[in-house]
Amino acid sequence: MSGKPIQTVSQTAGPFVHIGLVTPQAGFEVYENELGGDIALPDIPGQRICVEGAIYDGNDEPVKDAVIEFWQADGEGRFARPNANDGFRGWGRVGVDFETGQWRINTIKPGPVSEAEDTVHAPHICLWIIARGINIGLNTRLYFDDEKEANVSDPLLSIIENPERRATLMASSKAENRYHFNIKLQGDNETVFLDI
Amino acid sequence: MTENVLSGWNRKIQPPAYTPDYKSSRARSPRQPLIKPNFRTSETDGPVFFQGDLGPNDNNLLCNFYHDGDPIGERILVFGRVLDENGKSVPGTLVEIWQANAAGRYRHLSDDYLAPLDPNFGGCGRTLTDEDGNYSFKTIRPGPYPWPNGDNSWRPAHIHISVFGGEFAQRLVSQIYFEGDPLIPLCPIINSVPDRPAINRLVAKLDMDASTPFDCLAYRFDVVLRGPASTLFENRLEGN
Ligand SMILES: [Fe+2]
Repeated sequence: MSGKPIQTVSQTAGPFVHIGLVTPQAGFEVYENELGGDIALPDIPGQRICVEGAIYDGNDEPVKDAVIEFWQADGEGRFARPNANDGFRGWGRVGVDFETGQWRINTIKPGPVSEAEDTVHAPHICLWIIARGINIGLNTRLYFDDEKEANVSDPLLSIIENPERRATLMASSKAENRYHFNIKLQGDNETVFLDI
Repeated sequence: MTENVLSGWNRKIQPPAYTPDYKSSRARSPRQPLIKPNFRTSETDGPVFFQGDLGPNDNNLLCNFYHDGDPIGERILVFGRVLDENGKSVPGTLVEIWQANAAGRYRHLSDDYLAPLDPNFGGCGRTLTDEDGNYSFKTIRPGPYPWPNGDNSWRPAHIHISVFGGEFAQRLVSQIYFEGDPLIPLCPIINSVPDRPAINRLVAKLDMDASTPFDCLAYRFDVVLRGPASTLFENRLEGN
């Protein structure tokens, strides 16, 4: 290769993405150990929560073939580290249900994340969404609507000027330890996506 | 700022969200501009995978769905290196692939193409890159298949590939095509990429030196992940 390497371009994951990333959902099994189902194993301390929702396209149709990945800190705001093989991976993925269009994860509620220069990010989960028709994976973030104080000073929420757009990143608390988060790919209430 | 913030997606070569010739993108493409944080974010970290997460045959699609024989098709080795835009190897990162069988049929509940399934072919594999960023898969060459985009649309033969990298922001899915496939210039998914050289780099090259006589041909496909942005220190080293 001559000169500086140039980044590989993205291509859609297509409608059969489940074969590679969530194999049992495609209707068969190959791997003994499926990856992505254990964001935080049961013995990890923290507030156990369930988050669920759906993804909609620009015509308000549910996107039933999407796969979502999640990346989050633990209850104290720490990300999983390369050598800390302690049951907290902080990463997971799910395929949206083919029939209902719903997805659901069980995890622990992340703590606020401290970054450099005294900035503290409100509790949040990073999402990456791929599907047929999505040419390049979509990054967004899920915040919690019951963390009002932390959300006010969150640096990312602060750069989204329009409060209606900011609201698209809020998971709403439905019952104790249960949150709801819909994603809208296009149109009215389009979710804020990030260029990270 | 001394923070190591990842260099961005190169939007001159990456496909835009809305590419109407690829019909599925029409209603699934965000229309609002993306929000770009100018500070370090959680996506600067990323998940880690271990050898113990994987099984010994996970990267051998010739045998990881064995029932009563070998899969039908042209045996191939698909291999390459995962590196970043500074040419640095990305070791220990998870690479996953999925593909149709030799007849162009996916083992998937939603694939109803009339070509047959192969009882000995599942169509997925995964591996971790070695210390130099190298990966390899043994598989069969997938067939082209029709898809409902236009009246008579066919995907060129391809293998889907997913790569993690060290940071969640580097997460990439793409597709590996094969040298000489006449369907490549006709494909609206490939043509979502606005840059001809970038398309050419999605095409795996036949590598006779890596082939195994009387066993399989080999195709090379390198993956370049974005970043890292050069830090002040690296800028000085390079003198720019
Ligand atoms: Fe495909």
